[in-house]
Amino acid sequence: MYIKPGHFSILWLALGSLILVSSSAFADEFTKADLERWQQEYLTVVKQGREVFTDPNLGNNGVVCAQCHPNGANIHPETYPKFQQQLGKVAPLWEMINWCIRNPLEGKALSADDPRMIALQAYITHERRGVKLAPGKH
Amino acid sequence: MSNINRRDFIKSAGILMAGTALPLSTIEMVFADSQQNFTFAYISDSHIQHIKGKQFVRNWDRGLMRAVAETNLMDPKPDFVIYGGDLAQLAKKSEIDHGLELLSGLRHKTYYVMGEHDYYLDLGEYWESQLGPQYYSFDHKGVHFVVLNSILTYDDWTYNRWSSGEERMNVMAGLDNPNGSPFMVGEKQRTWLKADLAKVDKDTPVVVFSHSPLQKLFKNWNFWTEDAEQVQALLQPFKKVTVFYGHVHQIQYNQIGNISFQSVMATAWPWPYPKTYAQAPNYMPKLTVDMNRADPFFERDATGWQFVDIHNGNAAMHYSLANNSRRTVAFNTQTGRPEDMKYQDHRIPPQTHY
Repeated sequence: MYIKPGHFSILWLALGSLILVSSSAFADEFTKADLERWQQEYLTVVKQGREVFTDPNLGNNGVVCAQCHPNGANIHPETYPKFQQQLGKVAPLWEMINWCIRNPLEGKALSADDPRMIALQAYITHERRGVKLAPGKH
Repeated sequence: MSNINRRDFIKSAGILMAGTALPLSTIEMVFADSQQNFTFAYISDSHIQHIKGKQFVRNWDRGLMRAVAETNLMDPKPDFVIYGGDLAQLAKKSEIDHGLELLSGLRHKTYYVMGEHDYYLDLGEYWESQLGPQYYSFDHKGVHFVVLNSILTYDDWTYNRWSSGEERMNVMAGLDNPNGSPFMVGEKQRTWLKADLAKVDKDTPVVVFSHSPLQKLFKNWNFWTEDAEQVQALLQPFKKVTVFYGHVHQIQYNQIGNISFQSVMATAWPWPYPKTYAQAPNYMPKLTVDMNRADPFFERDATGWQFVDIHNGNAAMHYSLANNSRRTVAFNTQTGRPEDMKYQDHRIPPQTHY
């Protein structure tokens, strides 16, 4: 569609006023209530992650993640991505989680964006909070 | 299996076929009074886990089967076998039965120790009906052996909080479950132990088998015995005391006064060292050279069984590890503590845990 120069500027004006109207506060301002809600949303997913981590139905044999990894220990989320010599490539954490689901848990792999996979990573990383990032470390 | 291990294995297998001894027989030659020297095997923490019907978790079954097969290959033969507890995962009859069926392949007298995974469903009732008392003592070639049930806890936790044995067992089975409760030997058994030890000369070597460490190492995962100090006080008057324990699924050793402490590996799976949990303090012995970090792609790695040489009342523990070279932690009479015979002052990168 051909837009005349005059119409073009009107369109921009309209767009601009739309943005002004829709944001009652500036985007870089957030309240204490916002912070609390975001933290709560995060901790809810961490809690869900702990539930998946101890769920005998995640795999097919009743084995749970926490059986070998109490408090998520010995997973080292801070070291990913890293070269996994057994896979012969650099892998992210979620691929190793799937390895565990398929092998010791004798289950079916989750997709990368499965809410359970996201919750598992939230829980595992939460238990490791405060530890320095060390990508690639063995 | 690495190339070196494969070669070792083939060598051992070759020697076996030739009808002579496994290399382990050389250890006994070092010590003078061979009359009092003997060897026993130690298998622990198999966590046999029932799925449904006739199905059990294959991985844990294989660990126990391997330990039984290798123990039967020992030459010279062990005088007896200790099973260190946690034969079952949730103390079900089906799990204890299946575990005992796999252990029935052993060609040696076997003594059993109670683990929390054998206990908290029915408070050890079925285990006891199959295996006898939960604590006892016996003498063998001049050594006094004591078996304790160290996985008891406060009565209020055991009797007043749960709607069923299953619920209680499930909570205690979660190592990191914050609703669990610290292990203890308890007053009744300590009274029995005091009376039992009163009959024993202070020069007699004493060996204690418990499931939990009889030390306070890390409360979060119950690497802990609540009345450890009281039990240790009963043992300290003896000149040579060794405590062997399971539960921790990793190599640990320590010396407190006259008491040497040594843990055994699990046949099922390894556990992380407490220092790898960033959110809680631990009191792990500095003396321990850690086991190698496990390769998750080899399901038997960092699992195993062990045999123990007793010589002149001191112990040398040989860890037989599925995908690693064997490790020996022996009492050093010069320094008066257990030490790794190869790695004590020469640690290697896989022994770094973080």
